[in-house]
Amino acid sequence: MYSVADLKKGLKITLDGAPYLVIGFDFVKPGKGQALYRTKMRNMINGTILDRTYRSGESFEQASLDERQMEYLYKEGTHYTFMDQQTYEQVVMEEDAMGDAKNYLLENCKVDVLIYGEKAIGVTLPNFVNLRVTQTDPWAKGDTSGNDSKPATLETGYTLRVPPFIEEGELVTIDTRNGEYSTRVKG
Amino acid sequence: MSFQIDNLRLRARIIRALRSFFESRGFLEVETPQRIPANAPEEHIEPIRSADMYLHTSPEICMKRLLCRGHDKIFQICRCWRSGERGSRHLPEFTMLEWYRANSDYADLMRDCEELFRYVSETLIDSITISYNTTSIPCDEIFTRISVRDAFREWSDVSMEDAVRDGSFDEIMVTRIEPALEQTKPVLLVDYPIEMAALARPKPEDASVAERFELYAGGLELANGFSELNDPAEQRSRFQEANRKRVDNGYPELPIPEPFLEELANMPPSAGIALGVDRLVMLFAGATRIDDVIAFTPESL
Repeated sequence: MYSVADLKKGLKITLDGAPYLVIGFDFVKPGKGQALYRTKMRNMINGTILDRTYRSGESFEQASLDERQMEYLYKEGTHYTFMDQQTYEQVVMEEDAMGDAKNYLLENCKVDVLIYGEKAIGVTLPNFVNLRVTQTDPWAKGDTSGNDSKPATLETGYTLRVPPFIEEGELVTIDTRNGEYSTRVKG
Repeated sequence: MSFQIDNLRLRARIIRALRSFFESRGFLEVETPQRIPANAPEEHIEPIRSADMYLHTSPEICMKRLLCRGHDKIFQICRCWRSGERGSRHLPEFTMLEWYRANSDYADLMRDCEELFRYVSETLIDSITISYNTTSIPCDEIFTRISVRDAFREWSDVSMEDAVRDGSFDEIMVTRIEPALEQTKPVLLVDYPIEMAALARPKPEDASVAERFELYAGGLELANGFSELNDPAEQRSRFQEANRKRVDNGYPELPIPEPFLEELANMPPSAGIALGVDRLVMLFAGATRIDDVIAFTPESL
């Protein structure tokens, strides 16, 4: 159990059966009145933002969150299946909960999966992943149009803009935090 | 860093301006002890112990005793301490300006606030308009006066009386009313429910409210003033009531300032007000965090 005195940014609590991340917090006290704790929280499953005001003496359930390294196995419809490599236990995650992570996931790659209760609610990717380009138009030599990027499709199906010199079949590094091209992998 | 140095310069100039404002109006600057055996017990204010005494949470007890002894216009700028108060507008150790007028009531204090704002802004920024939080705050006009009851009618779904009864008064104040006051010129919120004014006198024509007001500018709560209660028996029973509520809420009972109660019968009808100096500096500095207008935060020590 947490008390209001434990409230701070980054705290994860359970509210109405869902995990919330505290993203904003302030102590307020109207003249001669009681201490109040204004909090802004994000639902860790659906992203909804919630404003709540608490009084001193109130308490919170800690969100029982577990982060486990798992292997991504396969996708079926809108379900993504992961497997714990130690216990061989499998969990299924809905596409909505995957967020942008689905753009960077290849079968058999290892990621950290966030588990709430029995439910997988998110994945944490490395900041940089390497993916192969499956389709991009060749660079027209002597192109003077001034374009310094062109569209490319990666092996995950994700489309982004890359520099003109990138060719089909090449491996590129993507920054998963903003989804942008970072560099070409030589080799 | 230069930002903080600028704010500390501004702070020094504001404090100088406050002193010259009160001196030019015939107020005597006083200093009273900051370690005292007993504060006025309040339901929601936690004093900090200092050996066998307490640090004062406000200089009010000693300043009112000076009124009882015949001083009629006094002010003090001093440090005050309140345990556990830390937020973007709160520090457990902060600077308070208090001033008291004998033979006066809270209407005189409201006029003082208007004159003080005008004086400080003209002295400091050679202007009568402050910018805060993208709001322009004119300081040369009569401040808007809104009764707490009307503010609840305007911005809350429940009446002031119901909010007091169900315990949601403070929450509505913070989440509904204070934000509504951000966009206007300075506002005097007047006539608080009697339950919310432990040391204030009931309003003669409506005993359900006390002659207490709060000054807001740019949504910042700056000052709390009232016509002083000077009935020792009534004051004692309110202290006892505060202690009863404290015990009910799991807080320790606090000692009652007996010498104050003994002298209170000699106090002329008076009015007194406490203004948060750090908040006033925030307003003039355009700062949204109290941390930006002080030399050191408690966490940095």
